[in-house]
Amino acid sequence: MVRRRFSFGLVSRLSSPIYGRSPCSGGIWTPCLGQKRSFMTAKDLVESEEPEKKVTNRINMFSAINQALHTVLDSDPKSYVFGEDVGFGGVFRCTTALRDKFGRHRVFNTPLCEQAIVGFGIGLASMGNRAIAEIQFADYIFPALDQIVNEAAKYRYRSGNLFNCGGLTVRAPYGAVGHGGHYHSQSPEAFFCHVPGIKVVIPRSPSQAKGLLLASIRDPNPVVFFEPKWLYRLAVEEVPVDDYTLPLSSAEVMRKGSDITLVGWGAQLAIMEEACDEVSKLGISCELIDLRTLIPWDKELVEDSVNKTGRLLVSHEAPVTGGFGAEIAASITNSCFLRLQAPVSRVCGLDTPFPLVFEPFYMPTKNKVSMIQHSKHTNCRISFQSMCG
Amino acid sequence: MAKRMQGIMESIQTLCSGDHGNEGFMQDDEDEEEENGVGRLTSWAELLGFGLAVFSEAIAPQLQCFCDRTLGFAVGQGGSREAWIKAVAMAMSLVRKAVKKGWVGALAPAARVMSQALSTASEPITLDIPVPFKAHKVETPSVTVETSAQELTNFFKTMFIMRRMEIAADSLYKSKFIRGFCHLYDGQEAVCVGMEAALNDKDCIITAYRDHCTHLGRGGSVLEVFAELMGRKDGCSLGKGGSMHMYNKKGGFYGGNGIVGAQTPLGAGLAFAQKYLKVEGVTLAMYGDGAANQGQLFEAMNISALWNLPVIYVCENNHYGMGTAEWRSAKSPEYYKRGDYIPGLKVDGMDCLAVKQAVKYAKEYALQNGPMVLEMDTYRYHGHSMSDPGSTYRTRDEISGVRQERDPIERIRKLLLSNNIATVAELKTMEKEAKKEVEDALSKAKESPSPDSDELFTHVYRKGYGAKAYGADRKEVVVKLP
Repeated sequence: MVRRRFSFGLVSRLSSPIYGRSPCSGGIWTPCLGQKRSFMTAKDLVESEEPEKKVTNRINMFSAINQALHTVLDSDPKSYVFGEDVGFGGVFRCTTALRDKFGRHRVFNTPLCEQAIVGFGIGLASMGNRAIAEIQFADYIFPALDQIVNEAAKYRYRSGNLFNCGGLTVRAPYGAVGHGGHYHSQSPEAFFCHVPGIKVVIPRSPSQAKGLLLASIRDPNPVVFFEPKWLYRLAVEEVPVDDYTLPLSSAEVMRKGSDITLVGWGAQLAIMEEACDEVSKLGISCELIDLRTLIPWDKELVEDSVNKTGRLLVSHEAPVTGGFGAEIAASITNSCFLRLQAPVSRVCGLDTPFPLVFEPFYMPTKNKVSMIQHSKHTNCRISFQSMCG
Repeated sequence: MAKRMQGIMESIQTLCSGDHGNEGFMQDDEDEEEENGVGRLTSWAELLGFGLAVFSEAIAPQLQCFCDRTLGFAVGQGGSREAWIKAVAMAMSLVRKAVKKGWVGALAPAARVMSQALSTASEPITLDIPVPFKAHKVETPSVTVETSAQELTNFFKTMFIMRRMEIAADSLYKSKFIRGFCHLYDGQEAVCVGMEAALNDKDCIITAYRDHCTHLGRGGSVLEVFAELMGRKDGCSLGKGGSMHMYNKKGGFYGGNGIVGAQTPLGAGLAFAQKYLKVEGVTLAMYGDGAANQGQLFEAMNISALWNLPVIYVCENNHYGMGTAEWRSAKSPEYYKRGDYIPGLKVDGMDCLAVKQAVKYAKEYALQNGPMVLEMDTYRYHGHSMSDPGSTYRTRDEISGVRQERDPIERIRKLLLSNNIATVAELKTMEKEAKKEVEDALSKAKESPSPDSDELFTHVYRKGYGAKAYGADRKEVVVKLP
């Protein structure tokens, strides 16, 4: 009997066989802009030592993140949360009630200056504090890119371990939301994955978000934590109320399969799960892996999986050229070349700026993923037109 | 014939100088009505239409007779070439006789009406700006501003159209025709309208995301704005930009920028180009009180002061950066002083005339001496965007207080009424016309189609110079960027 880490309720247990489970039993289905995205809870098949029965609350992602921040500020008196508009709760309500509980000296608003926010956070962290900086949207993180790349990532290295800014965590909502347009939908994780010295962490669900955020904040390295904004309200799950962390640099197998390995992160996993369900009707058994930490990423787990299945498909919202899927593809091709039965596929966003009205065409939707899965398996070519929509 | 026309024009000129001459065929009481109506004609189209109406009314019977005799003759004679030549000769003799009889007299009232209306409409009115300017390292401009009835009426009409447009955008957003983000400008109209009065087409404007009305001011149409908001083909940016990205090349409007503060160094670059190419224009780089804390702004100010660029930094201070009040985000909320070595002026941004005066002054200064900062003390009635109710960080009393005391449209309305430029009924007519214009544009924009799906790939690079773009699967799909 495989022990599950969290209990998702009696219904899901009864309705699911060992490996499969019915979709939507733990999640909420909400259509958005004609594009159906549903959040589904992922079952864990990883063995763990934690007891099965935990006290959980059914909450959404921003509440889970809020709980994590409350926990951190409670446990460590030298931790601070700051950013634009965090005082009243933030534009996504992730920082609700923090200022009232912990005071204006620990939870405070900053003016509109991303570079200064991150730079200030680096300074604070280098004095041994936990600085949790919020960038309001990941699209606005670029003024701070210099600080993250040139200061945060290199601080320990250039000072010969005399100083470090490990207490820095930069949180930013990223990803498409259905109507975000150019500057509220970008996925800039690839820019940060190119920087040795920082970690990039992306959760896929409320329970993952809480555990990963607590781990990121407590990790003695600077972490950029991207939160999929589409899932803030949409994703609802049973989240344990206590303080727990999930390991960084450890990927997770969401469902086991034998025909093809799919790797993704964040909100894209929900799309990939739907695609997996669709192609399983055709008899294709998919192994779905959530990378969780993008750098340093869990190469061993992905390699083991690809060695088992022989095929790999990576999917992310960011444009395909130069996205993090490229790194995974190159790495796996290098290590599993003789085992691969088909080239590595990347089903990603298009190489255009994130569009306004064309978002449904740009996004790597379920149909695109399932088509490629099918083609991987049957090795047939598919035209672009049939893939859209 | 040409000589006759010349004679007629000369007589019009003499009449314009005040000579009444023969009253012609006008009734006395009609004449009086026309005189009273003089003050109300303020647009060229109206003047011309009215003048022609008067003229044609006056000579209608004669014109009828003239046409009957000449054309009737030609047609009656079979329409042959000889018949037409005879008809033309007859026409010329008729005109000669009519001029002798006093046809010209019929032109007199029309000409007089037109001239008087013209002179009244463009007659300068001198007004005082109630709220004084505050200056930093520069002299304040004079508080006496010269305007005219025509200008004030244009202010009223334009601001009213802008107001209606923003309110229509509000309801469009709520009925989900507009998706995404929509940042409304109502309450701040005086800033862009006053600016336009002091600028010409050689000047450039670049602003942040609250740009619907600025786009109108630079020559855009309400239809383009609505279509762009709804993401349709007829939008100014082909439906690919949306609310925050409206541009107008002819009008020198460089957008429409989503990342706050990023537009200010761009503005410095535009000003450099204007100076280098000796265009004799200035650039207005607009930003808000929230963006005033961005580092890029200070970098731009430094280089524009160093190189004496003709750029005017216009800070539209509506006192709230999204939800943060200015005193909570800025150590020094006196944004006009933040240029430090750059002189600045604080202007009442709800007064079109003050804005016009300040921008005129700043333009003269910038063309000679280099950059200047203008802080427009203004206010927005809506929240930061459509997802912000606007009342969590300020009281409803404050909003309604500003609306009652400082509303820019009301201010112009009072000026128009107190200076007898228009009556209440006429203003109502203007408002109705403005509403109709906005509604027509709205219905037309709703019919506009969405852009084709090929547009997803266009304009990523310059046409023909782009590389290939791989689609969702790098190997399966290749799209040559058009």
